[in-house]
Amino acid sequence: MGQGMQPVIGAADIDFMVHGIFSYELFGQTLWITTTHVCTLIVMLLIVAFCLVANRAMKHATEVPGTFQNIAELVVEMLDNMVKAVMGKNATKFANYIGTIFIFILISNISGLLGLRPPTADYGVTLPLGLMTFALIHYNKFKYQKVSGVLKGLCDPWPIWAPINVIGDIAVPVSLSLRLFANVLSGTVMMALIYGLLQWVAVIWPGVLHVYFDLFSGAIQTYVFCMLTMTYISDAIGDN
Amino acid sequence: MEFNESFILGCSAIGAGLAVIAGIGPGVGQGIAAGHAAAAVGRNPGAKSDITSTMLLGQAVAETTGLYGLLIAMLLLFVKPLV
Repeated sequence: MGQGMQPVIGAADIDFMVHGIFSYELFGQTLWITTTHVCTLIVMLLIVAFCLVANRAMKHATEVPGTFQNIAELVVEMLDNMVKAVMGKNATKFANYIGTIFIFILISNISGLLGLRPPTADYGVTLPLGLMTFALIHYNKFKYQKVSGVLKGLCDPWPIWAPINVIGDIAVPVSLSLRLFANVLSGTVMMALIYGLLQWVAVIWPGVLHVYFDLFSGAIQTYVFCMLTMTYISDAIGDN
Repeated sequence: MEFNESFILGCSAIGAGLAVIAGIGPGVGQGIAAGHAAAAVGRNPGAKSDITSTMLLGQAVAETTGLYGLLIAMLLLFVKPLV
């Protein structure tokens, strides 16, 4: 709020920004540990805890799976099938990576239910995810299509098209990361507005909105991010 | 000419409102995609899961332009680059 301005009623309670927790100096630059770091850490701890328990359960795996073993197998099988449906015979190489980012983004997106600020509502989290996809796309492009194939793809209709193709390549990670970021951020802002402006009116019924913004929207965006990543990588690999 | 902060903030708010008009496009586009998907399921109920996943993917891509408008609005309202 600007100086000398009366804040809108209740506007002081609206809070969805990333907050710094403490700062430190590194090579003459001031860096901040923010709420995003903390929330990411909590998400990571949740996943690691699940993995440790799953690891113990799998060591004593039985022919007829118990409840927990069943859940773990269900998750792995679902992710494997999802990758296999899109990538076909290349699925085994990418199933681990896609599964990892799927679980991370999913837990991040629905962490709004736990009262956290979703880590994916910070562009500093989604941009690296997009850049990893970008690196994978181009690594596989050079690996499978060789330099000649990449050059041919660059000058697709005519050589004069090359700058536009380059812009199209750069737009991939930007649009991937912005899509995830903006979707999660819009949900976060909407919930912050409801809780901040309606105050005591917002009891119980915002649960419905949580289901939509956090669970539904979060799951869809996770699915879309992984689907697009897989589609782009299969495109880069080509048919050979 | 010198503008005071309130004037710039007010104009930013109007700009944010205009930027969110970008939401019309994705709304129409997603509706068309959902309508065609419904017709496709009616014609071939067996392919329901394939159609649903294709529809969701297409809708998510169509949504991007609307989200860009939303981001511009957010930047104008909360980051206040013009002040």
